[in-house]
Amino acid sequence: MDREISLTVNGESVTARVAPRKSLVDFLRETLGLTGSHVGCEHGVCGACTVRVGGEIVRGCLTLAVQADGAVVETVEGVSDSGEIAALQAAFLERNALQCGFCTPGILLTATALLKENPAPSREEIREYLSGNYCRCTGYQAIVDAVETAAETIRGGGR
Amino acid sequence: MKPAPFHYEKPASLDAVFSLLDKHGDNARILAGGQSLLATLNMRLSAPDLLIDITGLDTLRGIAVDGGFLRIGALTTHAEVKGSADVAMHAPLLAQVMPFIAHPAIRNRGTFGGSLAHADPAAELPACMLALDAEMEIAGASGKRSVRAADFFRGLYETDLKPGEVLISVAIPVLSAGYRSGFSEFSRRSGDFAMAGLAAHAKFENGVLSDVRLAYCGVDIRAVRAAAAERVLDGKPLNANLLDEAKARLADDLDPPDDLQASGKMKIHLSQVLLGRVLSAMSSASEA
Ligand SMILES: Cc1cc2nc3c(=O)[nH]c(=O)nc-3n(C[C@H](O)[C@H](O)[C@H](O)COP(=O)(O)OP(=O)(O)OC[C@H]3O[C@@H](n4cnc5c(N)ncnc54)[C@H](O)[C@@H]3O)c2cc1C
Ligand code: FES
Ligand code: FES
Repeated sequence: MDREISLTVNGESVTARVAPRKSLVDFLRETLGLTGSHVGCEHGVCGACTVRVGGEIVRGCLTLAVQADGAVVETVEGVSDSGEIAALQAAFLERNALQCGFCTPGILLTATALLKENPAPSREEIREYLSGNYCRCTGYQAIVDAVETAAETIRGGGR
Repeated sequence: MKPAPFHYEKPASLDAVFSLLDKHGDNARILAGGQSLLATLNMRLSAPDLLIDITGLDTLRGIAVDGGFLRIGALTTHAEVKGSADVAMHAPLLAQVMPFIAHPAIRNRGTFGGSLAHADPAAELPACMLALDAEMEIAGASGKRSVRAADFFRGLYETDLKPGEVLISVAIPVLSAGYRSGFSEFSRRSGDFAMAGLAAHAKFENGVLSDVRLAYCGVDIRAVRAAAAERVLDGKPLNANLLDEAKARLADDLDPPDDLQASGKMKIHLSQVLLGRVLSAMSSASEA
């Protein structure tokens, strides 16, 4: 019943046998040990499991690992190591945009997608884009502040 | 939670899908974007033996304009519809509605056809299909057929799709001269399903509406037209009195059950507010 899949995860080729019911986020966390992506609600509501497949953000809990066969998958570990989210990470630190950090990986990936589409979002646009990512501690004010700060840094030529 | 175990197949042709559906019957489910199905499996609301992943069928993907119709393949994602210039030009209602559907990460995988086949009573797209008089194009082992939206959405999560059939595309008449559309909804949180939503489509000529189509979601077991309110508006100059009359008739058209989000009475009120908002946005839009 297990199926063999081959995919690229954070730039490395991976081949594994997985049960069809295994979600992509469980595969990344349990099989590959990439525990940066988190698991909250497991039904698409909270956004903690956000990862990139083929360059686009998706819910890791609503994607099966078998569906990622042949795909290019990136997690918060990958975009952190590559420096792609450095400006956002610095801004989250500066603006106190996290407390427990459970939601943060998903929010970083979602905010990265936003800033790619729209380098100068308004606060309203930031809130709208992040509306599918729940934070249970920080309060969204600081998160919106951080995304705004990162957008300014990136527009100023920093990463 | 984790879903119960299941088998998984990803066929390379529609014929292979039909033979799997034929062989496994009720024990098999089609998997498109998975944004509704996988959530229900994770919650163990259902436990099929086999998922038939149709996302390998590239012929079911894409947007094209041909012979007066905008054709959207069932596997086209919400994000692709949202970003399409053809959709914005020929079916602006769909461009207007997309931001209301879920969130970016879900729109990247959720499909147009999946949303219609799922037929959630609060989903926006079935109401848009009614407002635009779209045709659902369906294929099965014995051939193809088309069904008008009005005959496709039959009940709570229930459509005219028969066992063994696949929704392959939707044909939407391209926007004709003088027509305008509008959408708005109330939801508790941005991206949630609608507590009440209105998709409207009508011809505007010198302030007079005709061919008015008002389709609501979130107020019944399926998307519904508001025929009495449509008749009030049809052929008369739009003004505050006419709008009040149309709002009053909504109470005849709609009989929303109470749900966790709002009472039926509240939903009638929201539907009336939406009618005012959507029509005023449509009438103040520049002449097309
Ligand atoms: C947090 C969250 C919020 C959401 N908010 C909204 C919202 O506000 N509005 C909204 O409309 N939707 C919303 N959705 C649902 C989303 O739009 C889904 O993508 C959509 O309803 C189903 O499309 P899918 O491609 O993911 O289908 P799947 O989940 O793969 O399938 C859904 C059902 O349709 C059947 N099916 C799929 N494709 C076909 C086909 N081509 N032929 C025959 N049967 C088929 C499947 O067998 C299954 O029964 C939300 C989802 C989540 C998780
Ligand atoms: S765990 Fe995937 S959205 Fe909550
Ligand atoms: S920082 Fe704790 S959930 Fe967001």
